[in-house]
Amino acid sequence: MRATHHPKPAIAPGPARGKYSPTVGAGSQTDDMSTSTRQSAGKPWGDAVFRGATLAFAIGILALFAAMIAALWHESLPALHKFGFSFLTSAAWNPVKDDFGAVIPMVGTLLSTALAMLIAVPLSIGVALFLAELAPEWLKAPFGTAIELLAAIPSIVYGMWGLFVLAPVMADHVQPWLASHFGFLPLFKGAPMGIGMLTAGLVLALMILPFIASVTRDVFLMVPKNLKEAAYGMGATTWEVVRDVMIPYGKKGIVGAIFLGMGRALGETMAVTFVIGNAYHLSWSLFAPGNSIASTLANEFTEADSDVYLASLIELGLVLFLMTFIVLGLAQLWLKRGVAGGGKP
Amino acid sequence: MLVNRLVLGVSTLAAALGLAMLVWILGDVAIKGAASLNRDFFTELPAPPGMEGGGLANAIVGTLIMTGVAAAIAVPFGVFAGTWLSEFGRESRLGEMVRYFSDILVSAPSIVVGVFVYIVMVKTMGHFSGWAGAVSLAIIMLPVVSRTTEEMLKLVPHELREAALALGAPYWKVMLQVIYRAAVSGMITGIMLSVARVAGETAPLLFTALNSPYWADGLNEPMGNLTVTLFNYAMSPYDDWHAKAWGAAFLITMTVLAVTITTRLVLRKRRSAP
Repeated sequence: MRATHHPKPAIAPGPARGKYSPTVGAGSQTDDMSTSTRQSAGKPWGDAVFRGATLAFAIGILALFAAMIAALWHESLPALHKFGFSFLTSAAWNPVKDDFGAVIPMVGTLLSTALAMLIAVPLSIGVALFLAELAPEWLKAPFGTAIELLAAIPSIVYGMWGLFVLAPVMADHVQPWLASHFGFLPLFKGAPMGIGMLTAGLVLALMILPFIASVTRDVFLMVPKNLKEAAYGMGATTWEVVRDVMIPYGKKGIVGAIFLGMGRALGETMAVTFVIGNAYHLSWSLFAPGNSIASTLANEFTEADSDVYLASLIELGLVLFLMTFIVLGLAQLWLKRGVAGGGKP
Repeated sequence: MLVNRLVLGVSTLAAALGLAMLVWILGDVAIKGAASLNRDFFTELPAPPGMEGGGLANAIVGTLIMTGVAAAIAVPFGVFAGTWLSEFGRESRLGEMVRYFSDILVSAPSIVVGVFVYIVMVKTMGHFSGWAGAVSLAIIMLPVVSRTTEEMLKLVPHELREAALALGAPYWKVMLQVIYRAAVSGMITGIMLSVARVAGETAPLLFTALNSPYWADGLNEPMGNLTVTLFNYAMSPYDDWHAKAWGAAFLITMTVLAVTITTRLVLRKRRSAP
């Protein structure tokens, strides 16, 4: 039961916490009118000014992007000169001796993101499935709105809630339980302190879950009804329809949503800073406190008292920017390919 | 059949879990936050560390001012850029590029925006300032405003442009008097959503606007704001500050959710009744 010969749905890579409507009827035949038909009417210089001004601002966005990379690179030069490539391989972080390396924050960023994805991706696909296919009609709209609201809550509120509410629960119940049942794994050894890598991953997962879930639901809803009904008519169970029709049909959009969620998790600051523990120390244990690039910046930026310290922090920022740039860039390319592959009128 | 049952069960469970988290988080914020809101919270300056009482009046005003200034910068910038994308740059290479980088900027880490503004404004001016805070928020708003404007303008039918042009109006006049008017409610919705988003941003303010327990004497000095205050208070050892942090969280969350829900309702109404 393959559905790949149908036009692929393309999710619109949406803004922060909402979603764009798919472009409706953006016809291409009439696009040239801006240059030709209007020349005869009115004052041409007015239109030239209008066009030039809007163009300047559009280019302004590109310039802003370039300026960000250039400024971060330029200001991290003292660290680049001092440490060179070894910045990326050194686990040192010693403000007293001015010796810095990116390994611990980078590992923290990647590990907390990986944990968050591990938890959030299956859950959000489950939520999306429920919203698109299983929920009774009357429940779909309010439930969908509730999940979208979860995505609108500012990240600092997640972080604070994680620190005051979730961390004690983790310390008193979840971590002791994990330690007593899975304590033979190095991952679950150590003192149950509540804050640490595991809690950071969990809070991050909660933050990106609604985002991935609502985009995935939109993708599921785009699957044509007759495709699903044909499958049901052949006696397929709901799970078979999902596995063989809906997921293949929406694969592109779902993968894109996961990547966008990941890009967001990598750079998330406030939700992580509260609960990650802020310690420079690598450990196999997920209970141990750690640090991410974003939390390092949030905690230490205003305290940096030497040029190299500040430059190292800025270089960390540059590393983070490039990391998210790669993930988000790939996601956008992937989604664009989805559009080019089929759906264009 | 067993697999089917299992998957359906897990999916329903996941959805229930999602809803339970929403209720848990919002419940905590509402219960603990509402308890610490009183008149002083809105009218008094913060009390010195360790002292009870006081309020967050300056932070509330600071957040409002910086969000307002950010909108004043980002909205014209974004509307112009979005206009170009929709009207002149639809199929062009440059348009593709602007779209691509805007979409990346939308999800770029906000703390990096803070670092950037620190470099270009705080470092060159020599001090933290409300202006720097407002500019970082504006940078975060900009791509959202631009992309929403583009989408909303694209929804306006081409016939409308052609009709107005056929009457002999120049293109800029057509845009100002016809097309923007047709798209304005959608554009406002997008702008409101982006305002709601930056109102809850903390990371870009940490080292641009910093924070301050006093009334700001203009935007040229560090400016108190709700989110950084929330961060500092929650990390402090004082119970009274923790209570205030919950109050701030309540205020921010409710404002953001109210704006989000309202704009969504408006958008839905507009879409269902064209």
